[in-house]
Amino acid sequence: MDISTFVILSGGLFLGWALGANDAANVFGTAVGTKMVRFATAALVCSLFVVLGSVISGAGPAETLSKLSEIDQSLHAFIAVVSAGFTVFIMTRFGLPVSTSQAIVGALVGWNIFQGIETDSDILKTIIASWIFCPLLAGLIAAALLPPLAATMRILNLRLFVQDATVRWALLVAGAFGAYSLGANNIANVMGPFIHVVQPPSIGFGSVLLLDSTQVLFLIGALAIVVGVVTYGRRVMLTVGRNLFQLSPLTAWVAVVSHAIVLILFTSKSLASWLDAAGLPQIPLVPVSSSQAIVGAVIGIGLLRGASSIRWHLVGGIVLGWLVTPICAGMLCLAVLISVQSIL
Amino acid sequence: MFFKNTKLLSRTKRLEIQIEEFLDKVTESTELFSIAFKVYLAEGVDTQFEEFMNKIQATEREGDELRRQIETELYERTLIPDLRSDVIWLIENMDKLTNTCKANLFRLSIQQPEIPDKLRATYIELIDITIDCVDKVVFTARNFFEDHESVADLAREVALLETKADEVSSPLQRRIFDSDLDLSQKMQLRYFVEHFDELANQSEDIADQLAISAIKRRI
Repeated sequence: MDISTFVILSGGLFLGWALGANDAANVFGTAVGTKMVRFATAALVCSLFVVLGSVISGAGPAETLSKLSEIDQSLHAFIAVVSAGFTVFIMTRFGLPVSTSQAIVGALVGWNIFQGIETDSDILKTIIASWIFCPLLAGLIAAALLPPLAATMRILNLRLFVQDATVRWALLVAGAFGAYSLGANNIANVMGPFIHVVQPPSIGFGSVLLLDSTQVLFLIGALAIVVGVVTYGRRVMLTVGRNLFQLSPLTAWVAVVSHAIVLILFTSKSLASWLDAAGLPQIPLVPVSSSQAIVGAVIGIGLLRGASSIRWHLVGGIVLGWLVTPICAGMLCLAVLISVQSIL
Repeated sequence: MFFKNTKLLSRTKRLEIQIEEFLDKVTESTELFSIAFKVYLAEGVDTQFEEFMNKIQATEREGDELRRQIETELYERTLIPDLRSDVIWLIENMDKLTNTCKANLFRLSIQQPEIPDKLRATYIELIDITIDCVDKVVFTARNFFEDHESVADLAREVALLETKADEVSSPLQRRIFDSDLDLSQKMQLRYFVEHFDELANQSEDIADQLAISAIKRRI
């Protein structure tokens, strides 16, 4: 790959960095914030599993994004991703719970409008429905997981030090699962728009193909996520762990596992085929918001424990994110594309 | 990784043993206090009483050393972040029970109060109840580490013993002030009742906190 390819990919790499810096906290925030797991261990496990998830299972959601919009010019792909990244940056500055998934979809629709291509409304509806179902599903799964876990812990009645060690390992394993599903589901946001415009050489030994071109692209994106985790993840993890999540380590485990299950449900091709074969309603393979899945899980746990009221500002933030993020990213992408076209 | 985990497990085991030994010291000091008080009532401050004082001082020193080792281990090596502060609070407050026992013997040794015969049985009854209360809180603390589901029930038993101690100490103080003793002696005897009863109050505070910490260990 030449330098110009990396320049084109830089927008995606920036988005990947931001994703690593922010969303790794959803997976390991509580564990690191409460010092149950050291940051170095969390960063290592998170990085490894984000890369594995991206390269092994990242194709499904990326294909859905490709169906929404097939950007065929590298400059346009760059503008779409940078518009999404900038929207995420600005909304984060205003403290809104922003999702890279929603930003990138908005930017892709903006590109469709610019090109005069009609956006496939069925795919768009499926994607938007997935955003709504994602936190709801996470809440339901968390509420379903908590009672049997609580009963098991009561029956086991572990000694304090044994319980402590068990919970620490459980958080690490859940974090690995969460990181895998995060990489698998969200790599589409980072590298999806480049699939048709950047095709790096595949990697293999002799006749054995190890990584095809798309997987190499996802590997590059995953490495950008890793850089985000390593360079900025600690600060966000500590903020999330200490300030936002007043959860016990075990409820944090339930939240992380629920989040990971939801992300993998919206990612796994094998699961989709299995559901199809079993005649069950298929779950679309769509990039969803990791942060909103976690918030959904926390609200689910809160409701199950008889919280007197839902934190409506969190729910309001999610709904606002559904509306504002794609609209802003789409308008920004459209505006930049028009401006660039008038200049060139 | 395996060796690191094995090391962690052996450190955890060592810490559990240290906590056990520390709790043994608390029980030991209350037993010494109880026996020494009975020796005082029988013989006053004699060589036997002095021996008990020396023993309780040695027990307190050993307890302090164990407390420091446990705290260092908790802070520096074994990380149980969510419960670390609870465990340290527990250890420090259990240590205060030992200190109270030692301080009571020193007060007896320095002031040598004259306890009238008619009040002695009630003083012994008060001491016995407070020692039961301390024993129960030590048992509750052991269960906090081993079987936390039972802590709430045990904490209630500690509270009942503390109430029982109050039911003995209040009438005892009334009897002291209803007697013909000098006001100075009345004040001194009341002072000792309060200090003996303090062991039960401290035990109740620890048990209450243990019950809360045990709830925190649930989901």
